[in-house]
Amino acid sequence: MEIGLSHYLTVAAILFTIGIFGIFLNRKNVIVILMSVELMLLAVNINLVAFSTALGDLVGQVFALLVLTVAAGEAAIGLAILVTYFRNRGSIAVEDINMMKG
Amino acid sequence: MWLLEQADAVAALPEILLAVLSLVLLMYGVFRKGDASDGVTIGALIALGLAALLVIGGGEGKALAFHGAFVVDTFARLMKVLALFGSAVAIALSVHFMRRDGSQRFEYPILILLATVGMMMMISANNLIALYMGLELQSLSLYVLAAINRDSARASEAGLKYFVLGALSSGMLLYGSSLVYGFTGSTAFPQIAESLTAHGAGVGLVFGLVFIIAGLAFKISAVPFHMWTPDVYEGAPTPVTAFFAAAPKVAAMALLIRVMVSAFGNVVPDWQQILIFVAIASMALGSFAAIGQNNIKRLLAYSSIGNMGYALVGLAAGTPEGVQGTVVYMMIYMIMTLGTFACVLAMRRRGHMVEEISDLAGLARNNKGLAFVFAMLMFSLAGIPPLAGFFGKYFVFLAAVKSGLYLLSVIGVVTSVIGAYYYLRIVKIIYFDEPAERFDAMDGEVRLVAYASGAFTVLFVLFANPLIELAAQAAKSLY
Repeated sequence: MEIGLSHYLTVAAILFTIGIFGIFLNRKNVIVILMSVELMLLAVNINLVAFSTALGDLVGQVFALLVLTVAAGEAAIGLAILVTYFRNRGSIAVEDINMMKG
Repeated sequence: MWLLEQADAVAALPEILLAVLSLVLLMYGVFRKGDASDGVTIGALIALGLAALLVIGGGEGKALAFHGAFVVDTFARLMKVLALFGSAVAIALSVHFMRRDGSQRFEYPILILLATVGMMMMISANNLIALYMGLELQSLSLYVLAAINRDSARASEAGLKYFVLGALSSGMLLYGSSLVYGFTGSTAFPQIAESLTAHGAGVGLVFGLVFIIAGLAFKISAVPFHMWTPDVYEGAPTPVTAFFAAAPKVAAMALLIRVMVSAFGNVVPDWQQILIFVAIASMALGSFAAIGQNNIKRLLAYSSIGNMGYALVGLAAGTPEGVQGTVVYMMIYMIMTLGTFACVLAMRRRGHMVEEISDLAGLARNNKGLAFVFAMLMFSLAGIPPLAGFFGKYFVFLAAVKSGLYLLSVIGVVTSVIGAYYYLRIVKIIYFDEPAERFDAMDGEVRLVAYASGAFTVLFVLFANPLIELAAQAAKSLY
């Protein structure tokens, strides 16, 4: 069987959905949320590279490289905020993030 | 200049200047011995002023940079000046607050400058990649700003919540962008529009469009992506909240307008439905959920959700008049919000901030001036003529009625009446309740911002015409 664009898109869609569910269903640990965010961004990258190849257009790959760079910065800032949070509260369990209702 | 011309970057000169100056200020802050925050604050205000001068003096008409990824037109210039103004006021409001709090850091003005560079890139974005880079530069700075008071458990919780939900929304925006790229074959807005004229919008493209709107709705805190707003507003230090409520909202709304009009202007029915739903839900939630709030910052968070709903009514009309209405609304909204937060910053007893609405009781007998300004801002947010807020609502509803969106306008007027209840409740508490203890004396900059904003809302009728004309030109430059 030939692997075509639709297969890549399906994989990306599944990964993206897993990422979203990882954020909302996870009740344990904020690190898992950071991993889920990363998973979503990588799913997008699969999409971009697959489209780029299918269209024969390089812009998608450039976009994917930029997404990778920004994702690294985003992870760094997320972990930094997590560290200050841990210093204040002594826990990173999701169910403890409840000082303010909502 | 030669270098800029070679790099095709002449039109982006204000952004480049601001980015370079923010790095210079960062170096100054790091290498100076002792406390650098006063010098950096003044430097940041000067940098914002210079950038505003360059934006205004950048000539008329439309200019492109970076092979069309970056566009400067009348719309961009107007929104950029608004964003720069909002950032400058947010920096000024923080000076005494941070000093008293002991949380004075030179990073604060620098982060605001970087966020402002991001906002200006968002406003000028003419390509999905430029859109994403601008949005992330702004968002990453905002996450850090929310948690800038790192010894406060509430501030770091606000930062964490904002980060997680912000990253989620960026992911959705990106997924949408990738689908739009795949189904139109380009990331540039003009080419996307061309491809849509030639081939129409298929299912995949509409899917991508929905994801992009979801990502942007998060940034302007419209329902159903508003859940972060009350917590972040409450947890972040008040000057930071004032900043969040003003400039980033203007920039994100400008970005939404540009994407919808210049990339998806040919498929209005496809996004009109979504925006109508989002507008109705935001207006309804903004007016109902605010009623039960006791914390003034939470109340203002719901108020800003509602206000974004009203601003979206104009865009949902999908006409130049609608865009004009939204632009006028955002101008008025920003100045009213900055004034209201200046009033909130004045709520201070024996050196500590108080944030309960009941703390305002009988303010009219202790401080007539502040009470009057607060009351006028509340009347204006409620949309009572002849104050500024009324004109904002008038123009968006007018545009909606002209496009035949009668139901949307009627719902908007009804929710605005319901919303008036909680604004008027604050006025009642200020004027008719038994006086509570006096507030401390106001700081100079807080007094200036509060009174200037109060004067703007009251006297808006007198200079409404030039501002509305400006918004009309801005809207025309998009079509």
